[in-house]
Amino acid sequence: MTDSSTSKSPTAPARWARWRTPLGYALGALVLFGLAPLVLSDFRLGQLARYLCVAIVAVGISLAWGRGGMLVLGQGLFFGLGGYAMAMHMKLADAGAGQLPDFMLLYGSTDELPWWWQPFSSPVVALAAVLVLPMGLAALIGWSVFRRRVRGAYFAILSQALAAAFAILLIGQQATTGGTNGLTNFQGFFGFSLHDPVNRRTVYFLIAATLLLLMLATRQLFHSRYGELLVAVRDSEERVRFLGYDPALVKLVAYVLSAGMAGVAGALFVPAVGIISPALIGIVPSIQFVIGAAIGGRASVAGAALGAVAVAWAQTTLSEEFPSAWTYFQGGLFVVVVAFLPGGLASLWHLAAARRRQRTEVVTAA
Amino acid sequence: MTEQPLNDLVIDDVRVTFDGFVAVDGVSLRVGPGDLRFLIGPNGAGKTTLVDAITGLTPATGSVRFGGRELLGRPVHRIVRLGIGRTFQTATVFENLTVLQNLDIAAGTTRRPHTLLRRRRTVPDEVQRALETTGLTGQRDRAAGTLAHGQKQWLEIGMLLVQNVQLLLLDEPVAGMSHEEREQTGQLLQRVGEDRTVVVIEHDMDFMRAFAASVTVLHAGRVLSEGTVAEVRADPRVQEVYLGETAVA
Ligand SMILES: Nc1ncnc2c1ncn2[C@@H]1O[C@H](COP(=O)(O)OP(=O)(O)O)[C@@H](O)[C@H]1O
Ligand SMILES: [Mg+2]
Repeated sequence: MTDSSTSKSPTAPARWARWRTPLGYALGALVLFGLAPLVLSDFRLGQLARYLCVAIVAVGISLAWGRGGMLVLGQGLFFGLGGYAMAMHMKLADAGAGQLPDFMLLYGSTDELPWWWQPFSSPVVALAAVLVLPMGLAALIGWSVFRRRVRGAYFAILSQALAAAFAILLIGQQATTGGTNGLTNFQGFFGFSLHDPVNRRTVYFLIAATLLLLMLATRQLFHSRYGELLVAVRDSEERVRFLGYDPALVKLVAYVLSAGMAGVAGALFVPAVGIISPALIGIVPSIQFVIGAAIGGRASVAGAALGAVAVAWAQTTLSEEFPSAWTYFQGGLFVVVVAFLPGGLASLWHLAAARRRQRTEVVTAA
Repeated sequence: MTEQPLNDLVIDDVRVTFDGFVAVDGVSLRVGPGDLRFLIGPNGAGKTTLVDAITGLTPATGSVRFGGRELLGRPVHRIVRLGIGRTFQTATVFENLTVLQNLDIAAGTTRRPHTLLRRRRTVPDEVQRALETTGLTGQRDRAAGTLAHGQKQWLEIGMLLVQNVQLLLLDEPVAGMSHEEREQTGQLLQRVGEDRTVVVIEHDMDFMRAFAASVTVLHAGRVLSEGTVAEVRADPRVQEVYLGETAVA
C-alpha cells in the first residue's frame, strides 16, 4: 500500500509549460505598452483604457467567484465608491480652493460644500478612500452575511440589491451627487490637464500597469495556500470548519480584495472616460462585469481579464449597430457558457492541453 | 505531541432533542487518555448525534469537557482548535484538490497566517509523516476525488493527524470497506492511538472484537453497557438489543 515517490516537486510539468505564464504576461505587456499605443488612435486607446478598467473588476471577480464561489453580482457598488471618491476629488481640484464644483453652482441649491465632500479635497484622503471605502464596506457586508451563512443565490441577489440601492441613493441626491448625470466634465487629474493627449495616454499606461500588477498578484494568491483554502471553502464550507478554520473569515478576505479591485477600477475609470454616474454602477453594469469574467473563464485570471475586454469591446462595437440584438446575444452567450462551459473559454485551452497530453501518453505507451 | 499531556473526555448528562424527539437522552461517559474506545449500538441509537454534539454541530444540553474545558456552546472551528477532530459517515475530502493539498490545508491552522500567502514549495514534515502513516505516499499528487473509498477514509484520518488533534472521533470509518481494507484501517487506528485518544463509532462486531480497547454500547439515546469487549459481549442487555440486529457470535 506504500509506494514512495522521491520527486520533490509536487507536479512535473512539461518544460515549456513553466514558461507559458511568464511568456503570456510578457506578450500581454508588449501588446498593452507597445503595440496598442502604436496602432490605435487616441480615441481608440481611450476606449481600450475603459475596457481595461472593466478587466480589473473582472480580475477581482475571478478571485471572489471563480475561486471563492461567491457570485458577486453587485460589484458596481464598489466600482462606484472608488469612482465617486476619485471624481469628487477631481471636481474639487478643478474648482480650486474654497470654490464649489461647477454642477453645484449650476443647480444652485447649496452655497456651502457639504461636510462629506470636504475631506475629498485632499488628494491623500481621496486616494485612501478609493481603497478604504469599498474594502471597508465589503468587510461590513461580508462579515454580517458570511457569518449568517448566507450564500448562493441569496448572496448574489443581496449584492445586486445593494448596488441598485446605491445607484438610487445617488440619483435622489442630485444637488450634491449630480444625480442621474453623475459627475463629469473633468479638467485635470492631479494637476495634469486631461485635454492634453499625452496625459490621457499616461492615464492609459497607468491603467494597463495596474491591471497587469493586479493580475500577477491575484495569480500568486490563486497558487498560494490561501488560494487552495479558498477552493476548499467553495467546495465544502462545512468540512473546512472541521479543520479549525472559520470559513466566513476565509471568504471575507477574497470578497474584500475583490471589492478593493473594483474600487481601483472605478477610480481609474473616471480620468480615462471622464464620467461616473449611477447608470455606470447599477444592476446592468454589475451584471456585465460578471458576464465578461464568466465568458472568458472565471477560474483563470487571464481568462477573466481577456473575457472582460472582449465583451466590453463587443458591447461598444456591436451595440452601435444592433442595439437590441446585442443584449439578447450577450444574455444568450452568458447562459450557454455558464451551462455548458463553466470554466469559460479559458477552459477550452486546458481541455485541448489535456487531450494533447493524453495523445502523447498513448504514443509513448505504444 | 508526545510531550503534551493527554486529556480526558468527560461527557455529563448530554441531551439532544429534535423537535421533541430525544435523540440523545442523558448520556454520561468518560474516555480516558490513550483509549481506543468503540461506540456501538443499533441504527438510530444516537451515536452520530452524540459526536455531533461534542463537535459543536448540534446544540445540546449538559456538559462535555475535554481537558477540563467546556466544549458545549463553542463554535465548531474553536472546538477543533482545542485538539478535537472528527470524520463523517460518508468521507468528505476536497475532491478537486490533491491528497497533498488536502493534507496541507488541514495542517494550516497550526501555522502562522502569513504563510498562507506563499506557495507550498516542499512537502512539510508533518504532511510527509501523515502520508507514511496512512500509506498514501504513492497517491500524493492524485486528486482526492479519484481515490478508492478506503483511501478517502485514510486521507480523512491523515488530515486529523496533521491537524495535531489529541482526540479523534471517527464515524463508521470502515463502512463499505473490503475485508483487507478493514484490517489495514484497524492497524492504522492502533498506530494512531499510540499517542492519541480515539473514539470509533462502529456497527461491525468482528471489527470491534479485533481492535477495541474498550466499548460503550448506546441504545435509544442512552448508555446501555460499558466495559471491555468481553464484558460487553457477556452483558445480557446487549445481547437482547443486538438479537436480530447483528448476531453476537
Ligand atoms: N437532524 C435531525 N433531525 C431530526 N431527527 C434526527 C436528526 N438527526 C438524527 N435524528 C434522529 O436521531 C436518532 C439518532 O440518530 P443518529 O445519531 O444518526 O443514530 P446512529 O448514528 O446511532 O445510527 C435517529 O432516530 C434519527 O432519526
Ligand atoms: Mg450514525
